[in-house]
Amino acid sequence: MAVQAPATRPATAGTPEPVQRFRMGAGYWVYLIPSAVLFLAVVIVPFLMNIGISFTRWSGVGTPKWTGLDNYKRLLGDQTFWASFQHNVALIVAMAILPTMLGLVLAAALFDYIGKKFGARTASALRAAYYLPQVLPVAVAGVVWGWMLHPSYGALNEVLKAVGLGSLAQNWLGDPDIALASVMGIMVWFQLGYPVVIFMAGLQRVDPALYEAAELDGASWWQRFWHVTVPQIRPEIFVVLLTCTIAALKVFGPIFVLTRGGPGKATIVPSYFSYQNFFEKSNVGYGSAIATVLAIIIVIVTFLFLRVQERKS
Amino acid sequence: MTSLSVRQAGSARQAAHAGGRIPGAGPGRWAVLAALVVLAVVMLFPFVIVTLNAVKTPAEYSSNGPLSLPHGIYLDGIIEFWNRVDFGRKLLNSLLISGAVAVLAVALSVLNAYAIGIGRVRGRLWILVLFLVANTLPQEALAYPLYYLSKEVGLYDSRLAVILIFTVVQGAFGTYLLSAVLGDFPKEIIEAAAMDGASRWRVLWRIVVPISSPTLSVLMIFFFIWTWNEFFLPLIFLISNDNQTVPVALGVLQGDKMMDATMSSASALLGIVPAVAFFLIFQRTLTRGVTVGAIK
Repeated sequence: MAVQAPATRPATAGTPEPVQRFRMGAGYWVYLIPSAVLFLAVVIVPFLMNIGISFTRWSGVGTPKWTGLDNYKRLLGDQTFWASFQHNVALIVAMAILPTMLGLVLAAALFDYIGKKFGARTASALRAAYYLPQVLPVAVAGVVWGWMLHPSYGALNEVLKAVGLGSLAQNWLGDPDIALASVMGIMVWFQLGYPVVIFMAGLQRVDPALYEAAELDGASWWQRFWHVTVPQIRPEIFVVLLTCTIAALKVFGPIFVLTRGGPGKATIVPSYFSYQNFFEKSNVGYGSAIATVLAIIIVIVTFLFLRVQERKS
Repeated sequence: MTSLSVRQAGSARQAAHAGGRIPGAGPGRWAVLAALVVLAVVMLFPFVIVTLNAVKTPAEYSSNGPLSLPHGIYLDGIIEFWNRVDFGRKLLNSLLISGAVAVLAVALSVLNAYAIGIGRVRGRLWILVLFLVANTLPQEALAYPLYYLSKEVGLYDSRLAVILIFTVVQGAFGTYLLSAVLGDFPKEIIEAAAMDGASRWRVLWRIVVPISSPTLSVLMIFFFIWTWNEFFLPLIFLISNDNQTVPVALGVLQGDKMMDATMSSASALLGIVPAVAFFLIFQRTLTRGVTVGAIK
């Protein structure tokens, strides 16, 4: 190693010669070996196996039976499969779109209004309150709300009775007509703090002169919001939308804890549907097909987001 | 003309600062504050109500309902739940798994990022894309083969299996982030050390790691908390009571018929307390880290 050191010096002093650069880079491969081994065992092989299994009928024991595209054909005609993706869209609304929209307004209000009129401490105390649900493991958030919404002893129905709205009391998670809406509400509560914190951090790098200029031009708060705040933190908005959309597509914990996909199929999502096929129904091939489709959708969504982001910037 | 408007602008700016002449300055600002405070109360309400009811006696609960204030601090519900699920053991499992993953995943990320960001190995862009794709892949698409393979090699229902899996998953994200950070690492320092005869291994541990330790500590905290919060794979892999993590133990017991109202809230409180404790301990580093994540 020490022998190589003097060779580096002229390379950086003048223009680097390609041969030397290559030799310098070659030795660094060693540092990738531990990752390569683990990565192969934990990600690449299992993922390829999953794709392979999706072309078979297999109960998890014995030899898988090759069935070609049968599982995928069956998926297309499976009501539960389509329902699970519809619920995914609802959860994207609840976990990505609503929190982003609310988060933008809240972050701008805290940063540009509360922070200036009532001091930074008030703003950061409110921010901490909105963020607190985010620190919970999502399964624990599910336990908390399973308790809050319990049909016989849940606190939410008691609150409604206490304020004279007892007629609105519901079996929030047990009624197939409103179970999905209840889960959506819980996820908004859970997610909201994330965009608020990210957007407030983003607003700190916006040049205050932009706001002052807009104020002097007589722009209202909403005009400043639309024409200064939103365009200035567009990169943060993209990151939040992307990460939250992926999280919504993958959602499993809250569904498992709150509803187990029910009542009936009212809140089933692809990840829980594949889990059921893997571990409850022993339809491993079919479960793998669901998981593969979910993986493809997530990769496509990620690429689309990154493309749009590149074009905008 | 121009100078005049500039001067006007200047004085208007002063006025805005002196008198708070921003539109909606009157009583309206209290209305805005009130609305935001009400929202904060709504967000915090579940935490408060869970805590209130976790320290009530079952009798108190059934006569006064969930909204009444407790008459005293009654801890028997919490203690009974703690003993019944052997909660200390779950805490230990979670600490062990999350701690090991945090350290190992940061180590893995550093090694990768050293090769990619500083070593600039060939094909580094593709390696990064691979890690990024791995990070976005749903665990559902790996779960069954991992379950099957771990059974084959005798690692099923072991904490080691979960540690290895999450080391790779978190390490993939860490590599992505750290490679960018180390890509901007001042070259002069490394070259100076190399001229002094330091080997690459020494440069990594004596120079790169100490200098980037603020970023590494943020990553470590993130990996710890993310692993702590994981549910899906630990649920599949840790089936015996002795190996379960906190979220798995609480999630599986949700809706259990043995759990009455106060014990359910006690279980929720036991899930909340460590999470909030970590948040308070790591808060400063975390808020810095959330920003790091946003820039990625």
